[in-house]
Amino acid sequence: MRVRFWGTRGSLPVSLTAEDIKVKIVEALLAAAGRNLKTRAEAEAFVARDLSFAISHTYGGNSSCVELDLGTDEYVLCDLGTGVRPFGLDVLARKGPRTPCTFHVFMSHLHWDHIMGFPFFPHAYIAGNRIVIYGCHAGIEETFRKQHAAPCFPVDFSRLSAKIEFVKLEAGRRVRHAGLDVTPKLQQHSGDSYGYRFERGGKVVVYSTDSEHMPDDAASTDEVVRFFRDADLVIFDAMYSLADTVSVKEDWGHSSNVVGVELCQHARVKHLCLYHHEPVHDDAKIASVLRETLRLEEITRSGHALRISSAYDGLEITV
Amino acid sequence: MQVSAVRYSDVLVVAVKGRIDYMNAEEFKAALLPHLVNCAAGRDQIVLDLSRLEYVSSAGLRVLMIAAKEVRPRKGRLVAVSLQPVVREIFEISRFTLVFDVFDSVQDALRALSPKAAAMTHTG
Ligand SMILES: [Zn+2]
Ligand SMILES: [Zn+2]
Repeated sequence: MRVRFWGTRGSLPVSLTAEDIKVKIVEALLAAAGRNLKTRAEAEAFVARDLSFAISHTYGGNSSCVELDLGTDEYVLCDLGTGVRPFGLDVLARKGPRTPCTFHVFMSHLHWDHIMGFPFFPHAYIAGNRIVIYGCHAGIEETFRKQHAAPCFPVDFSRLSAKIEFVKLEAGRRVRHAGLDVTPKLQQHSGDSYGYRFERGGKVVVYSTDSEHMPDDAASTDEVVRFFRDADLVIFDAMYSLADTVSVKEDWGHSSNVVGVELCQHARVKHLCLYHHEPVHDDAKIASVLRETLRLEEITRSGHALRISSAYDGLEITV
Repeated sequence: MQVSAVRYSDVLVVAVKGRIDYMNAEEFKAALLPHLVNCAAGRDQIVLDLSRLEYVSSAGLRVLMIAAKEVRPRKGRLVAVSLQPVVREIFEISRFTLVFDVFDSVQDALRALSPKAAAMTHTG
């Protein structure tokens, strides 16, 4: 299974500013001073080898959307944040507008940042496509219809040409959809959210965003550890610092890198991916949070080594 | 995990020993909170001596935050001192150093909290 991140930003899409780009270029030029880079290949090798990710790349600004590529003809997504727009454009570019496609979408919840990409998903407007939206919330269909309604959007939901279906799932109940065994789990978040444990061919990917954890609640911690148990990859809401989640941002419904590391260590997860980045954070800040998280894993490791990445728009992880 | 207390004038130095994680955080909370009942402006100030704390997880840190919130309305002071390197790094990575007063040593904390208590430890 290949996991592709199309949108990794929390709460609100963001983009780099003119100043952000200028700073990156200045840093790159300073790093290149004295180097004799004559060809494009030499320049590209320098960028790959000598520049940090935060200088040479960006974590990106689209809101939540992750693709699980099973190598089949059908597409599987988690959430419909603005990342679904570049996803759709990519599918269009590869398959063209006339190839009918099926999309299975598992919704964590219905907050705006997780649905706002749908009106800009090109395949919703093309007859012959089938979009199946799965979720545990009551009223999912109504929420999608409202988002398309006047005065918020010019094209009403009823005018979408694709066949759009809604399938209700139940927390704790493992079901088989889209070639995956899927188990949803209720999470603590305003209006509730649901994590998904996806299993296929012995590989396990957990998508757990917009979820607050009460670190000193042993019973709920045990439940999460069971849900994450032995996963190959856990995509984890690490929006805030731990101090924020237990002080000013308590009850805001998000978690931290520190809690992510602890839960994944207890559950013996192979790979933790920090996700749903705070929109206020720039690339340098997200990179420094990743460095600290790697360090935390190192100093608290006991026997089980946990791999850690920070999600960015365009990241692919094979499990 | 063990919690013990020694009084210096109006300062209670509460020493925490061992490891705190989600399995014993509740026990840590039950051991710590009774020491805070008289923590208020003009009464007790609390110094948490963490020199023998080997590890603290988010669960233990949340208990510290609960303790800090409990004494705040009474204008009591609750500070941590003598963090071992690993615990100091955990405090820094979790940004606890931004929301919790940390001093290098018991002496430093006493000087900041209570000259009377600092004098007591000087004279032995
Ligand atoms: Zn969100
Ligand atoms: Zn949300």
